[in-house]
Amino acid sequence: MVPLSYYLVLGGILFACGVTGFLIKRNIITIFMSIELMLNGVNLSFVAFAAQWHALSGQVFVFFVMVVAAAEAAVGLAVIIAVFRTRETLNVDQVNLLKL
Amino acid sequence: MTPNLHLCLIPLLPLAGAAINGLLGKRFSRQLVSAIALGFCGAAFAMALWVAAEFSALNIPHVETLAAWIRAGGFQADFAFYLDQLSLVMLLVVTGVGFLIHIYSVGYMWEEGGFYRFFAYLNLFMFFMLTLVLASNYLLMFIGWEGVGLASYLLIGFWFTKDSAAAAGRKAFIVNRIGDFGFLIALFLMIQQFGSLSFGQVFLGVAQRGVESGTGLLTSIGLLLMVGAAGKSAQIPLYVWLPDAMEGPTPVSALIHAATMVTAGVYMVSRSHAIFERAPVALMVVAIVGTLTALFAATIGICQTDIKKVLAYSTISQLGYMFMACGVGAFSMGIFHLMTHAFFKGLLFLAAGSVIHAVGGEQDMRKMGGLRTKIPWTFWTMTAATFAIAGFPPFAGFFSKDAILFQAFTSRYGSWVYWAIGVFTAFLTSFYMFRLWFLTFFGEYRGEEASGHDEHSRTGARAPHGHGGIHESPKVMLVPLVILAMLSVCGGWIGSVRFDNFLSPALHSVSPAIENAAAMRKEASVSEGLLTSVSIVAALGGFGMAWLLYQRRPQLPREIAGALGGFYDAVLHKYYVDELYAVLFVKPLVDGSTKLLWHGIDRDVIDATLDNSADGAQRVSDAARHMQSGNIRSYAGWVAAGAAAVIAYMVWVGVR
Amino acid sequence: MLHLILFSVFAIICVAGAINLLVQRHPINSALSLVVVMGSLAVEFLLLGAEFVAAVQVIVYAGAVMVLFVFVIMLLNAGEEERTRGSQVALLFGIPGMLIGSLLIAWVLVQSGTHSVAVGALPGPPKTIGWLLFHDYLLPFEVTSVLVLIAIMGAVVLASPQESVQRKRKES
Repeated sequence: MVPLSYYLVLGGILFACGVTGFLIKRNIITIFMSIELMLNGVNLSFVAFAAQWHALSGQVFVFFVMVVAAAEAAVGLAVIIAVFRTRETLNVDQVNLLKL
Repeated sequence: MTPNLHLCLIPLLPLAGAAINGLLGKRFSRQLVSAIALGFCGAAFAMALWVAAEFSALNIPHVETLAAWIRAGGFQADFAFYLDQLSLVMLLVVTGVGFLIHIYSVGYMWEEGGFYRFFAYLNLFMFFMLTLVLASNYLLMFIGWEGVGLASYLLIGFWFTKDSAAAAGRKAFIVNRIGDFGFLIALFLMIQQFGSLSFGQVFLGVAQRGVESGTGLLTSIGLLLMVGAAGKSAQIPLYVWLPDAMEGPTPVSALIHAATMVTAGVYMVSRSHAIFERAPVALMVVAIVGTLTALFAATIGICQTDIKKVLAYSTISQLGYMFMACGVGAFSMGIFHLMTHAFFKGLLFLAAGSVIHAVGGEQDMRKMGGLRTKIPWTFWTMTAATFAIAGFPPFAGFFSKDAILFQAFTSRYGSWVYWAIGVFTAFLTSFYMFRLWFLTFFGEYRGEEASGHDEHSRTGARAPHGHGGIHESPKVMLVPLVILAMLSVCGGWIGSVRFDNFLSPALHSVSPAIENAAAMRKEASVSEGLLTSVSIVAALGGFGMAWLLYQRRPQLPREIAGALGGFYDAVLHKYYVDELYAVLFVKPLVDGSTKLLWHGIDRDVIDATLDNSADGAQRVSDAARHMQSGNIRSYAGWVAAGAAAVIAYMVWVGVR
Repeated sequence: MLHLILFSVFAIICVAGAINLLVQRHPINSALSLVVVMGSLAVEFLLLGAEFVAAVQVIVYAGAVMVLFVFVIMLLNAGEEERTRGSQVALLFGIPGMLIGSLLIAWVLVQSGTHSVAVGALPGPPKTIGWLLFHDYLLPFEVTSVLVLIAIMGAVVLASPQESVQRKRKES
């Protein structure tokens, strides 16, 4: 029998890894993948709580999160492609027209 | 059934004239401007005459309320007009002399720029003065009081491009303001004590109090009113603006600074006689101030060389006589002298203007002389005025001045000291007036040649005439001179007793002094005859000395001046009073204002606060702008940091 | 017991995948690690009894979204990351912040001592979920379908080739 907190800690670790990746990675695509990682961590905690309280709405919400994440990934990658076309680079530090 | 005389029209007619001329006059021809100004002023005069004709049919005092003005809790002040004998006399004097001066001004100012502006201001002045005279409560009187100060400022500084004129206007207004401050505090005391400012209620409240011995509320009110009167009527210590006010055109000096505005203080004190009679200390102060001013100004007048300045100091001196009369309880005599003074002083100024016009702008008497053959009308009218002011019988000034001196000697509040100083001042008055007369009209003409008289001008902005030579003034200027001369001759024939009887219902509690005087008169008629002859001797003495020094032995004045040395210098420089005020009051105020208020507070505190807060905002935004670096990773970092903070807070709250 | 072992094994695989994603320099390696994470997460979902979610996770997330990522990496020919100077803020604030935050959360969670979750505790087959979707959560369901439509349109518009860029490419 696994305590709920273990699941939540796992979710938290995934989330933390996602944030870390979001902060230290230079490739835009990798940053995006870190975002997906964050979302996954959150999904896990949703399902864990749904399991604890026997409420199906947690799963439904996870379903929606996945849909939205998919849509976001599609649009985000399209944006990355558009940016790549003009900037010719995937390095996020070089997409800085607003630079001081 | 009190008939409605529409008293409100009397001030409002000149106001209409002022509005029309002021707003539209720039496009009018001079004829139209004069017609409008004279028309409205004349209409006011005609109405005043009609009111006088209706006077006997009225209940006195006759009050007409035009509209409600202030209704605030228990306090009420309305636009209401008050007619009794005192205001009737003032009304006739103001409208009559004012109308004559308007006529004169048409001729005098004909070739000046700003013609319409002059008449607009003149009509505006008439409006305020009439409001002052006809007001039924102190508040409306104060409106008129302030308004005549404003009109005086506008008219003194009429040639505002000239620095001295602008400065003189400013000085007049500021010194007036000091007096107004005293007046205002007196009004506040009245509201506090009597709950109202209307004459009826104030005097009712005053009548319920007894005579104060020592100081008290009524004394304070009286003294503060005197401060206001001293400012407006140029008494010590607030007289300094009047000589400077001679920068204005001569009709302005005649109307405002001789005949009407400066008499507002005397009118106000007479109107408030109920207060003064119950405050003997205040009454004494009035008498002392008046007497000292009369003497002081007369001593300065004997050394002046500018013809208008002599007349200015003479005005201050004669106003001192009026206050002396009020101060000994003879308010009606003060008003009597006010009336005769309006005639002869107005005439003196107008004639002086005529003289100045004749010699092409020169005002220094040392450069005049021998004009009596060249400008005979001016000469004869000015002669009448000079004899009047000197107090020769049977001219107007004799009756009024003699009545004042008599009251000063015999009244309950009077004393022989006032009388003695008054007689000496009468001697000086006669002396300096005849000095002026001799210097201007007799002897050889000492001025520059006539052909050169149109280039320079001491009055600065006067346009040079095309015609050269010393010439008489046009008829439009001479007719008022003649009328005023006739009034100066016969204006006093009404006699002081009849005048007092006429005014006594308005000034009724003055009757103790008059009863006293009448009783004394019966007992000591010899005494009155003696006093009268003393004043005649004083007048003759002045004439004689002036004739000696300026006609027979013209070198004497210089020798006397040399012998007196420093004392003469002091008098010549008006006892350095202006310099004293500059050091005592003006400089500290200006310095304090500059260093403390402007530099210290306005610049270094208020401006600095704003500048520094703007600066600070700029610096803060300069620092904050680094958040928006365009660097996506730093954005991400900020987001993460913020999220961490929020989460930490939520956890902490949840844990507690 | 078995539950705990299975949980631990797949948890370790999950975390290892996540850390690998951070450590790898080529994005394709990161993408593949993410697939591993998603797979192990699917197993975790199964352990919790959420079969439908696990299936969706594999089909949609690992099967579609990650494939999309891989395609894009291939399309853009993303290479290894260079070493460039990053943001000070990210390094200074973000990482320590998140570390501390997550440690805090972990400590709190463990301390709070929630009771255990049974295997397969969740009730209901996918039918129940469908029921919920079409009854209680109908509005969000429809809205998300609109959202997906918009996303499709947006992606097509954004990613379609622009004439100016193509012309530049042709000239150069």
